[in-house]
Amino acid sequence: MEDTIKIEDIIKPENIVFEKTSCLTDNVLSYCPGCGHGVAHRITMEVVEEMGIQDQTIGIAPVGCSVLAYDFMNIDMQQAAHGRAPAVATGLKRVYPNKFVFTYQGDGDLAAIGTAETIHACNRGENIVIIFINNGIYGMTGGQMAPTTLPGMKSSTTPYGRNAAMMGHPIKITELVAHLPGTCYVTRQAVHTPGAVRKAKKAIRKAFENQKLNKGLSFVEIVSNCNSGWKMTPVDSNNWMVENMFPYYPMGDIKDE
Amino acid sequence: MAKVRGAVVIDTEKCKGCDLCVVACPTSVLLLAKEVNGKGYNYSYMENPDSCTGCMNCAMVCPDSVITVYRLKPQKSAVEA
Amino acid sequence: MKELRLMKGNEAIAEAAIRCGVDAYYGYPITPQSEVMEYLTAEEPYKTTGMVVLQAESEIASIHMVHGAAGGGKKSMTSSSSPGISLMTEGISYLAGSEIPCLIVNVQRGGPGLGTIQPGQADYFQATKGGGHGDYRLIVLAPASVQEMADFVDLSFELAFKYRNPALILSDGAIGQMMEKVYLPEQKERLTDEEVAQKYGDWATIGKSPNKERNILTSLELQSERQEKHNFHLQAKYKKIEENEIRYEKINCENADYMLVAYGMSARICQKVIQLGKEKGINIGLIRPITLWPFPSQVIKESANNVKGILTVEMSAGQMVEDVRLAVEGKVPVEHYGRFGGMIPSPDEVLNALEQKLIGK
Ligand SMILES: Cc1ncc(C[n+]2csc(CCOP(=O)(O)OP(=O)(O)O)c2C)c(N)n1
Ligand code: SF4
Ligand code: SF4
Ligand code: SF4
Repeated sequence: MEDTIKIEDIIKPENIVFEKTSCLTDNVLSYCPGCGHGVAHRITMEVVEEMGIQDQTIGIAPVGCSVLAYDFMNIDMQQAAHGRAPAVATGLKRVYPNKFVFTYQGDGDLAAIGTAETIHACNRGENIVIIFINNGIYGMTGGQMAPTTLPGMKSSTTPYGRNAAMMGHPIKITELVAHLPGTCYVTRQAVHTPGAVRKAKKAIRKAFENQKLNKGLSFVEIVSNCNSGWKMTPVDSNNWMVENMFPYYPMGDIKDE
Repeated sequence: MAKVRGAVVIDTEKCKGCDLCVVACPTSVLLLAKEVNGKGYNYSYMENPDSCTGCMNCAMVCPDSVITVYRLKPQKSAVEA
Repeated sequence: MKELRLMKGNEAIAEAAIRCGVDAYYGYPITPQSEVMEYLTAEEPYKTTGMVVLQAESEIASIHMVHGAAGGGKKSMTSSSSPGISLMTEGISYLAGSEIPCLIVNVQRGGPGLGTIQPGQADYFQATKGGGHGDYRLIVLAPASVQEMADFVDLSFELAFKYRNPALILSDGAIGQMMEKVYLPEQKERLTDEEVAQKYGDWATIGKSPNKERNILTSLELQSERQEKHNFHLQAKYKKIEENEIRYEKINCENADYMLVAYGMSARICQKVIQLGKEKGINIGLIRPITLWPFPSQVIKESANNVKGILTVEMSAGQMVEDVRLAVEGKVPVEHYGRFGGMIPSPDEVLNALEQKLIGK
């Protein structure tokens, strides 16, 4: 009878269908409970493991909540100054064209202080992968307005909501870089549901495969939550994200060449 | 009821009690404990282990990669059933 | 055999970079040093030695590109002039903090602000005392000829890799633009990826091989105790550099009654001042610091025992003079003579200044 199967019979090494990838270290992530950064880290490292490229991959960590990405990603890494990761990645990739180089950046890092580095790395078609975590806010410094903060959205520097007339509109940098001939693959994903995670991972896999084929720059945006900055529970923040972020930042591929 | 059987093991000390796995589980296996772990988080655990199919949904959304998922191979469970 | 050529200082830097087996140059145009990248893009070393040459979107990008490539253990460099170096100071601080060896060339122009495109030496403070944030030091070499522009490229990399520290060549628009004879070094092979892995595999980010700890290059350490420890480590390294790498030239110092201290272009002018002094019966010597950091304080201090006064000559309002005064500890008067904003002092002016400021006293 089915009821006779004991849990101990199931929990055996040969029955493992999912475990943490060895391309993540055993360090406890420094992220808040429920933060999308963790899943984005994991699926990136799962792709590295599945492609068997751990020994050829170098990651560039940004300034932001993921500044310590190198504590969690079990690969060689450089920590870049705020916004400069695409330049660091460019320099490295140019002298090691056969290695895999990626940046992992937040929206403040990538779309505010590092806009020039982002646009020009994309425009040159650097053979790298950019993973862009868009949580609509500056997480690390305490929830200030980001270039991606939605109109009306409250943050610690827009306590009455972002006033677009005064502070400008949220920047859709992903659509922007899709216009540049140097990008070969530009997509927007999320990691809030199992289905979304599987899709996002496929996108990251494709981005790394593109790099292998020297196709140019692959840009994977992940719309994510910042429950601390948004002052919500993780579950509520994911719901809020679907209701408010997705209409402005629609999911799916923007460019795939 | 030739249902696939699965189970999860949660590293309760590293769990941050974010509740995302609980919401993601299609068969309501998981719940957050009333007790807290060493870090003060209400960790996730299998409240209804019999319902687990080993679908991995919980592990997919777990930001802290603290869930390991086990599943009996279908033929194996058929034999044992 | 070394090849002899007539070249601009800026071109000599570029040619020497190719010949020293440099792996990558990242830069952004600015007068008076644009010839460096122009020369490199015309020579196309990517077709011969395999050296990467890339024009970046800004000096900020260039220095961080250097960060990336140099972080991979490759010989990487950039060059610029004063306003561009100001933009680079962010990256320089990170490079110093992460202990990444590389070369930065500053062909100085007059400032502040956009200043002038004419030569200057007003970036001495920036080069030797920081410029960027935090307690760090750069190894700073000051060429006074086109020959030294070429020679110091290799020397800079040697020192940079020896100490895992960024090196800076502090030149000026006059040396950069001037044409002189130069003996070029013989072509060195670039290191292969395998050689880089062998030499620098203990720190360079080149991919974590299974049997090796991974390499992380970061300047961040959130735990204060550990960040302080890192700073102690840096300071110990800087002390070692100070003990071992001071370089200077002494000219006519034997029986000098007055001493000039000057570097780069100003040092060349001072050589003429020595001659003019002789004609007037004034015995003048010159100490030319070749390393501005570490600074040759000891030799300057010792010289103070034998002279009546010291005059520093700089194309600035007086920056290096502070270090000379510190070295001399008040034993003899130390005065400064400078022209700035793009002006170059003439030997007559300098001699005049020496007579007025030191002998007239
Ligand atoms: C030059 C510089 N300016 C400002 C900061 C402070 N700072 C650290 S993280 C950050 C914002 C990061 O936000 P984002 O990129 O959106 O990443 P998140 O923290 O949300 O993941 C800022 C402004 C800095 N470290 N360096
Ligand atoms: S502050 Fe926001 S982005 Fe940063 S770890 Fe917390 S939830 Fe994530
Ligand atoms: S594996 Fe599937 S069924 Fe089992 S707990 Fe996780 S989500 Fe629920
Ligand atoms: S998703 Fe992970 S961290 Fe969050 S409650 Fe579940 S097991 Fe714990």
